[in-house]
Amino acid sequence: MREGYRRPIPATWWLQKRSYSLFMLREFTSVFVGGYAFFLLVLVSRAQDPASFASFYEALMSPLSIVLHVLALAMVLYHTVTWLNLTPKVVIVWRGEQKLAPFVIAGAHYLLWLVTSGAVVWLVLS
Amino acid sequence: MASASAATQVLEVFRYSPEQDPEPHFQSYEVPFHDDWVVLDALNHIKDRMDWSLTHRWSCRMGVCGSCGMMVNGEAKLTCAAFLRDYYPKPIRVEPLTGFPVLRDLVINMDDFMEKLVQVKSWLIPKEPRELSQGEYRQSPAELARYKQFSMCINCMLCYAACPVYALHTDFIGPAAIALAQRYNLDSRDAGEQQRAEAIQADEGVWECTFVGECSKVCPKDVDPAGAIQQAKMAGAIDWYKALLPRGKG
Ligand code: SF4
Ligand code: FES
Repeated sequence: MREGYRRPIPATWWLQKRSYSLFMLREFTSVFVGGYAFFLLVLVSRAQDPASFASFYEALMSPLSIVLHVLALAMVLYHTVTWLNLTPKVVIVWRGEQKLAPFVIAGAHYLLWLVTSGAVVWLVLS
Repeated sequence: MASASAATQVLEVFRYSPEQDPEPHFQSYEVPFHDDWVVLDALNHIKDRMDWSLTHRWSCRMGVCGSCGMMVNGEAKLTCAAFLRDYYPKPIRVEPLTGFPVLRDLVINMDDFMEKLVQVKSWLIPKEPRELSQGEYRQSPAELARYKQFSMCINCMLCYAACPVYALHTDFIGPAAIALAQRYNLDSRDAGEQQRAEAIQADEGVWECTFVGECSKVCPKDVDPAGAIQQAKMAGAIDWYKALLPRGKG
């Protein structure tokens, strides 16, 4: 049998459906997640040396840096929320013939996230 | 909503005839609108009354056989379950399932999917051979519940058509085949997980999936192939870590 006609896939396939675009956005936010993790490493290493930290701190206060921080926050939040919402697809807990409800699984992850974030805030402020 | 029987609706149908045209084109047909007609009824009307050359697949007309899947206005759907009234009065664009080569008009070549079902060994590999006289393999309702959702698949391939990863890399084993592999992996009577791992834990298996999630949205049987793939990733990762432990194998 012949293989058949293959329809070309346009490079803009991900713009053709809202759900595909949102998926691409989720993938794109990974750049900010990784980028911010790298920034934190730089921050910690600079903090070791008070002399060089002062100028670094000043640069952080620039409008551009603040805009980038707000953007990074939005991106990381989108990444986190979309990821946590998917956890019930991955983690399945059986109780007899019933699965644990998806909101319980997602809820447990959100709780863990809040507790961890709280712990980090406490650590930084104390 | 249209009341008079004179109401009509336009179907823009993908046409491709390898002997006549090297490139496909769209052809419009004006069909009678009926409140209880599905897209498949309209296609059958075209074939029977307007243009016998139109080629499409169907069988059960009730969402069981899985052969009438097509793109309806860009969404992968069973055409026997897509009502004209949900689109009326706008035209409806009908195309063959995305991601598969087209043989003629709305008929795709499904060989690739069939081969993948074989690759993942989507059949029961019993723990031990048994004689008929030994009776049936028994299973509790709780054991049945573990895999029942994945066993509802009707092989309609809508999930493949919705998957951009498959469209871009047809090597990807894909949603339904992995869901079916999980269906047997989770079956208490089965012992084939290691054999299936070769295909589904490969790069072209679960790890190709980037969790777009559209497969589960279009699935008419609520199989949740996206979930099956992520659960298989989890099982594969746990096995991998276990193998790292000193006494871990097995
Ligand atoms: S998983 Fe769902 S969409 Fe995919 S082939 Fe099976 S029934 Fe069809
Ligand atoms: S004709 Fe059988 S599923 Fe539509």
